[in-house]
Amino acid sequence: MTPPRTRHTGPAGGAGPHALELRDITAGYDRRAPVLRGVSLSLREGEAVGLLGPSGCGKSTLAKVAALLHRPDAGTVHLGGEPARGFRHRAPRAQRTAVGVVFQSPRLAADPRLTLSALIAEPLLATGRKAGAADRTRELARAVGLGPDLLGRRPHEVSDGQLQRACVARALALRPRVLVCDEMTAMLDASTTAALVAVVEDYRARSGAALLAVGHDRTLLERWCDRTVELHGGGTDSALRSAPRAAAGTSAG
Amino acid sequence: MSTATALGKGGAPRAGRREVRLWTCACVLAVVLAAVLLVPLLHPLDEQAVDMANKLHAPSAAHPFGTDDVGRDVLLRCVYGLRVSLLVGVVAALTATVIGTAVGAAAGAAGGRTDRMVMRVVDVFSSVPHLLLGIFIVAMFRPGVWPVVVSVGLTHWLSTARIVRAEVLSLRSRDFVDAAVSGGASRLRVAVRHLLPGVLPQAGLAAVLMVPHAIWHESALSFLGLGLPTHRASLGNMIQDARGTLLAGDWWPTLFPGLFLIVPTLAIAGLAGVWRERINPRRRSELML
Repeated sequence: MTPPRTRHTGPAGGAGPHALELRDITAGYDRRAPVLRGVSLSLREGEAVGLLGPSGCGKSTLAKVAALLHRPDAGTVHLGGEPARGFRHRAPRAQRTAVGVVFQSPRLAADPRLTLSALIAEPLLATGRKAGAADRTRELARAVGLGPDLLGRRPHEVSDGQLQRACVARALALRPRVLVCDEMTAMLDASTTAALVAVVEDYRARSGAALLAVGHDRTLLERWCDRTVELHGGGTDSALRSAPRAAAGTSAG
Repeated sequence: MSTATALGKGGAPRAGRREVRLWTCACVLAVVLAAVLLVPLLHPLDEQAVDMANKLHAPSAAHPFGTDDVGRDVLLRCVYGLRVSLLVGVVAALTATVIGTAVGAAAGAAGGRTDRMVMRVVDVFSSVPHLLLGIFIVAMFRPGVWPVVVSVGLTHWLSTARIVRAEVLSLRSRDFVDAAVSGGASRLRVAVRHLLPGVLPQAGLAAVLMVPHAIWHESALSFLGLGLPTHRASLGNMIQDARGTLLAGDWWPTLFPGLFLIVPTLAIAGLAGVWRERINPRRRSELML
């Protein structure tokens, strides 16, 4: 079961502002020993970029910086050409919600007290879109393949895959311009992986949103994304899709 | 998979024992509450009355718990004493929990320098023994129920503040808070919708566990002669009064108030224990283990 190939045409356009631009990001959890040093990465509108790298190299930190959830020690983030005006709560709501995030573990990313429908509706309610929230929630649930019988359940009553579907629906609720998927499929089986990648691609085909997909799975990310970027110990090596693929083939054989 | 079967095997008898414990504690507490609420209606107590003709009778049909050194019925005074103790315990525990939750949640949610400063203040207060601080507060007022409540309430919020702060800190770094921030939730919404419901079971448990603790503190203060006025029927006062007679071999004025102190507090602690176990397995499943 391999995920479907991307349907859109890729980065050929090239014109227009970057959907997401990270410039010289130095970030980490201890100022004296940053995980990332001077990393730059940009995503054009509608582009899908896969971010690969070994454990602990700072992929998730970079994803959090991109989603304005972690303040870097140095460097700037631009969203749609506009500089981010802060991080976490200091970022204006419009900028925060312009990036949708899906985390690796749906168990940790779902408030255990909320039902799945409340979980999906949470961004709508938090941003004052109460009117029509119920309809939009049903629409999102249908889009990610969650039946109405599951929507009344709480996280501990559904499987990882079902919960991750709800988390993807939540990330799409506010129609973000950029999606950040941090190891979204690491805990899922092949068919759910394929289904969720299809959901994300379907949304991107309709909305033209950019994607930053973080993961270990080189095969998946190379099939899914327009290009992949390797991150190891502090910097990025941008590479064409074909090159690392061939390298992986030779080292394996 | 092996853990799943191991849990399945061990689960049934453990759940059974928990049921037994739950019902025993609940029954004891129900009896205690009924006695404390109904007996004063049926049997008014003149707290000043003495009956020197009947002093220090051993337990008998007329006086099941005997009489004390001035001829007062020990059973009746025990029930009245427990009534005062429970009142003090519950009100003081609630006061302490509200203060502790507010301080702990504020410190945990604010983080950084505010958190460090608040927790250092908590450390300073914690370094003084509860009882000493309590005595200090009680000494500023005339003896009575409310000074004891204030004293116990003001000295017992520290541990709750610590528990709540730790819980808020651990919740704050969870991905679902990040998801809420990314979904546009304000600070207040994150606190009210995601953090507070997460700490309430812990705060509630701390409150219930605090009740026996507060009761013991009330008794200790009364025993030291600093709590309730000496004529007041309170468990601490009774044990204090009975000190002299115990040495003469009259055990009942000491034993029964002691049991009235121990049994209800054990029942409350037992219920809290069952509650804690109910919180924990759910947390285990939340952490997907």
